[in-house]
Amino acid sequence: MTKITIDHNTKAILDKKDFARLIKILQEQGYTVIGPHIVDDVVSLRPIDSVKDLPIGYEDEQEKGEYSVKKVDCQSYFQYVVGQDNPRRYFMPPSQRLMSFHVDKKQFVIDQGPPQAPKLAFLGLRACDLASIQIQDRVVGYGVESTFRCESDTYYGETRRQSILIAVNCTRPGNTCFCSSMNTGPKAKENFDIALTELRQSFIVEVGSEKGKKLAQKLPLKEASESDLELAELKLQNAAKHMGRQMETEQVRKLLNNTIEDSHWDKVADKCLSCGNCTMVCPTCFCCTVTDSTDITGTKISRTKEWESCFTHQFSYASGGPQRNTIKGRYRQWMRHKLCTWWDQFGSSGCVGCGRCITWCPVGIDITEEVETLRQSNKSLLNSNNLQEVTT
Amino acid sequence: MAEDKIKLAVYKFSSCDGCQLSLLNLEDELLDLVGAVEIAYFLEARRQVLDPPYDVGLVEGSVSTPEEAERIIQVRKDCKTLISIGACATSGGIQALRNWADAELYKQTVYAHPEYIDSLDTATPIGAHVFVDYELRGCPVNQYQLLELISALLTGRRPNIPTHSLCVDCKRRGYACVAVSKKQPCLGPITQAGCNALCPKFSRACYGCFGPMEQPNIHSLGKMFAEKQDCKPHQMKHLLRSYNGYLEPFKQASEYYEQIEQE
Ligand code: SF4
Ligand code: SF4
Ligand code: SF4
Ligand code: SF4
Repeated sequence: MTKITIDHNTKAILDKKDFARLIKILQEQGYTVIGPHIVDDVVSLRPIDSVKDLPIGYEDEQEKGEYSVKKVDCQSYFQYVVGQDNPRRYFMPPSQRLMSFHVDKKQFVIDQGPPQAPKLAFLGLRACDLASIQIQDRVVGYGVESTFRCESDTYYGETRRQSILIAVNCTRPGNTCFCSSMNTGPKAKENFDIALTELRQSFIVEVGSEKGKKLAQKLPLKEASESDLELAELKLQNAAKHMGRQMETEQVRKLLNNTIEDSHWDKVADKCLSCGNCTMVCPTCFCCTVTDSTDITGTKISRTKEWESCFTHQFSYASGGPQRNTIKGRYRQWMRHKLCTWWDQFGSSGCVGCGRCITWCPVGIDITEEVETLRQSNKSLLNSNNLQEVTT
Repeated sequence: MAEDKIKLAVYKFSSCDGCQLSLLNLEDELLDLVGAVEIAYFLEARRQVLDPPYDVGLVEGSVSTPEEAERIIQVRKDCKTLISIGACATSGGIQALRNWADAELYKQTVYAHPEYIDSLDTATPIGAHVFVDYELRGCPVNQYQLLELISALLTGRRPNIPTHSLCVDCKRRGYACVAVSKKQPCLGPITQAGCNALCPKFSRACYGCFGPMEQPNIHSLGKMFAEKQDCKPHQMKHLLRSYNGYLEPFKQASEYYEQIEQE
């Protein structure tokens, strides 16, 4: 198909009019394409059939606790950022029947074994999404020698192995985004098969892996001119300067390890609903609960895995009650896990700066603001040497 | 083996029958249920009545009349395990709205012959009169939660009935949040899950028919409704006083909004 030579790190041009080809090819190769699609006025990450399912010409507006999309007068494909869905919905589904069996003549008979991993093509993942997948890889222990591995999940691993990740670089960051503070975006650096940068009539296609190379070779690509590449680079530099939010990460672990009793947690707890929305939308949260259930006859048994949240009582329920009995304790756990104890556990930050928890918190609690408030009221503490470096 | 089967009784107090119907609507599972338990007392479904004691009693409805206040005492004596099902039985239900009003005035206004009406001034949950072993929320109850509870009882295991917010279920199911994307006054963050997020599924705000979740922060949600959606104290009061208005802490919070509404 292509006239030019495609290799790792090749950058070439794909005309917008040929974009439909990309989806077609993926479908021909047996992929289910998962891409941005508007569901009830929210850009969601869902199975799409054709280019028509993309929110073409739409832009989003995000603020803490507020979200809207509107059609603007242009033919842009990706001028919105992430919505409430995140990629883990597909790697570790929110509710999954793991197995079911019945008892027949005192024997267990398996009715449904472990679920089959799908073959997915993700279209339009953002740099923060890619970073979140890398974090989940470390949590689950996929493709990395990890001493922190807390669970070996074959469904995750198989889905991950079979998937292809097609990223889009963000040229119009959202108002709650702070990926540049977390060093994850707005440009996709790694962990993609193909990355796209949107220009007016075309996309710059960047190849990131062997899988991506094979796909790109099937596309009607053209040589990218110097000016195209320069324009794309400029757009991305500009995007990095226009993040909706920022988070100062310097010494953040120190800060959070030494402010456990700070009175500010009480103020957040006054506001926090303990509804769990932040953990449900966060792309790096991985907590799940597994429940066994019997039917009315007591002979059919099933095991189900569901997303769980550290904001629920059940999460820490042990010997007669929840161990984190206050909203204060639960909010503090969530924030410290994301920014502080994640380092001890998995060797990186647990926050990629996607801003989902800010937008989708019904009462608009903003993780960047909370860190800043704690920092401001503990400046002298941070400057002193009398601090605990790490606690677990 | 019939004598080994669990004897089930289903009682009706002041209610609309919707919760009992949830049981009958379990078409696929109903045969299994009838196979697993002996329906000993269920006037809505079966005329034949077996003598007490019963192993499990399901009670629908609130206590709203002097006769009911006496009958529930006997029901408790007749059942080893007593379960109140639905908003009426667990909170007093819609009819508990009269607990804040002049019930006598209602009677005079609504009925042609108020002298035939023999009702208490208040409608109260079953748990206010006798000890209940389990409560199942919802208006009406979710039939699968009901089935889960009975199945758990039969197997002798803990029932899987969540007490967290509706938001957790809403997000698992991937419904667009109406509070954030449509500025609707959704009670999901303070409401217990169990309905499978039926209202948000249809882009509609949750109106709290499963009652308060395990630790609701009503005042923070009310503050957000006031600031972002111009929700006035009397509107907040009405939001809280619907199906579960008489259940704490919805009750106390609604009284707070009533107070500031008058100030
Ligand atoms: S903590 Fe918030 S900003 Fe950070 S990755 Fe999670 S959802 Fe995104
Ligand atoms: S923040 Fe809570 S739900 Fe998320 S990964 Fe940590 S403990 Fe789990
Ligand atoms: S921070 Fe916001 S989204 Fe998270 S539990 Fe609290 S109120 Fe809910
Ligand atoms: S729609 Fe309502 S129940 Fe669903 S997440 Fe939003 S606030 Fe919670």
